[in-house]
Amino acid sequence: MENIYLPHSAIVKEIISETADIKTFRLTFEDERLQKSFTYLAGQFVEFSVYGVGEAPFCLASSPTRPGQIECTIKKMGKVTQAIHDLEVGDQVGIRGPYGNGFPLKELRGKNLVLVGGGIGLAPLRSLIQNVLDKRDEYGDVLIIYGAKSTEELVYQKELEEWENSPRVKMVLTVDPGGEDQKWQGEIGFVPTILEKVNPSPDNRMLITCGPPIMIRYVLLGATGEMGYRPQQIITTLEMKMKCGLGKCGRCNIGRVYICKDGPVFTYQQLKDLGNEF
Amino acid sequence: MRKGDRLKEKIIQKEQIGKWLEKLGKDYEIWAPVKRNGLVLFHPISSAKEVYFNFLNSKKTPKDLFFPQSEVLFSFPKEEIEKEVETILQKPRIVFAIRPCDARSLALLDQVFDSEDYQDPYYIERREGTLLVGLACTHPQQSCFCTSVGGGPFAKAHLDLLMADLGDGKYFVEALTERGEGLLEKNDSLQEPQKKDREKLAKIKEEAEEKVKSKLVTKGLEKKLDKIFDSSLWDRVHQRCLGCGICTYLCPTCHCFALLDEKDKARVERIRNWDSCMFPEFTVEASGHNPRISNRERMRQRVMHKFNYFVERYGETACVGCGRCIQSCPVNMDIREIIEEIRNE
Repeated sequence: MENIYLPHSAIVKEIISETADIKTFRLTFEDERLQKSFTYLAGQFVEFSVYGVGEAPFCLASSPTRPGQIECTIKKMGKVTQAIHDLEVGDQVGIRGPYGNGFPLKELRGKNLVLVGGGIGLAPLRSLIQNVLDKRDEYGDVLIIYGAKSTEELVYQKELEEWENSPRVKMVLTVDPGGEDQKWQGEIGFVPTILEKVNPSPDNRMLITCGPPIMIRYVLLGATGEMGYRPQQIITTLEMKMKCGLGKCGRCNIGRVYICKDGPVFTYQQLKDLGNEF
Repeated sequence: MRKGDRLKEKIIQKEQIGKWLEKLGKDYEIWAPVKRNGLVLFHPISSAKEVYFNFLNSKKTPKDLFFPQSEVLFSFPKEEIEKEVETILQKPRIVFAIRPCDARSLALLDQVFDSEDYQDPYYIERREGTLLVGLACTHPQQSCFCTSVGGGPFAKAHLDLLMADLGDGKYFVEALTERGEGLLEKNDSLQEPQKKDREKLAKIKEEAEEKVKSKLVTKGLEKKLDKIFDSSLWDRVHQRCLGCGICTYLCPTCHCFALLDEKDKARVERIRNWDSCMFPEFTVEASGHNPRISNRERMRQRVMHKFNYFVERYGETACVGCGRCIQSCPVNMDIREIIEEIRNE
């Protein structure tokens, strides 16, 4: 019987410093066969082990359309993320997964998309954005609204430019008031405010959002308010304290679902049906 | 014993049990209720003399035998890992004199640990390697309510054998599985049950069922809970609770756990420990955000999980009515009263 708790050994191949406290880690499995066969869906996550410190779940920030790329973007927050930030290229870590449901690409195909991200919340959206851009013909117009507290806290800065230059992609970048610097040419304001200002039409469009809980809350309220989005048109990916990632340890149970196994991606309609634990 | 003999129902003389267990002990590790320091717990035994037959139920549930309170899942360096899973059990085991409620709880845990999508090898290895010899409850306690949640003091479900003390120096034994029959075959002093034995069995069964005085109405409870997530009832029912978590630790169906690493110079161990939804840290995220911020939300989670979420997911209530949470609560919280309040809400 396969041991579902046992991580596969992986090596840190590259570390990209995104901000003062956010780094992207590119990983390769030690087992070459696994490295070749490892597949996942945009929006899924892995359990990342630093042996001796612990294990924590992180979304895959890379896209399955780019085989061999296994990347996690991680903010230094607690014990495990501190240890991850202390890793160096060549270090061995443990990875198990992928887990969770991922984004419903079938439902997104043929539609216009608006991706609304805040801070490190762009990580799961990046997986989807890369996926969409690699299959550009399958999707409609793409609007990306991304914000962070300050200009220094925007992640994937180089890649943001690439996205902006892709066909039928519009980018709107924003920083919280007071987070701008002299060179800043983007918007100034909180993400939900900027979303309402840009006001993308809900016609044949899906809105996908990820960010801090307070941002998600106001994006959901704003979009379903005057902007006219139906809750079924809005998708978010949730975080919750997790341990096993397998629907067993009980921690991420919210309402009748386990975030790890039934999520982490839900429509706003599904969340509403869960009761107001969020 | 001739081949083809039905071994279904037999009588064992009380004084023969020692011999039988001794014989079984050659092939199996036998765990039975043992009284030590005033506590009845399941322990491995080497002689039938150690078995404490007059127990009502064990303080801790035998779930520990399948899902230990703390266990090393694996360690690094990696070479040692696979070996550890395969040698969890040195010998097949028998849990002797397990109560029907506790046997039923294992079937509920099976749903979680042996689910279609992910199978927990540690749990399954132990479960498959263990036979359950039940001992019917002739003396249910004030806190018992098994008959309200689909069980009963003589319930046979999920057992390999069920024994019942007829009170006259005899045990009525029924084999419920092939493996259970195999255990009976090891006993060469079995007798055929007589009419009066069967009558006695029916009588003590009826008496035992009558002794389960608590009658909870759980019908419709799941639907009711759907409607009262935001009710002020939750503001009331948690008030007395200290959040100590004893109810979850002694519950035979609670299965929440934590995974953590421990390290010394030589190696790293990944350890699984029981955890509890009643603890504030259970859901605290690294950011400090806690979706279940107070005891109110945690109490609601415990009740909802047992009587609503689990029912929806697996079709059964995650409570077997053993009453341990009622007996051991330091502030006399009683799940039966909470259910009653919910029904009246």
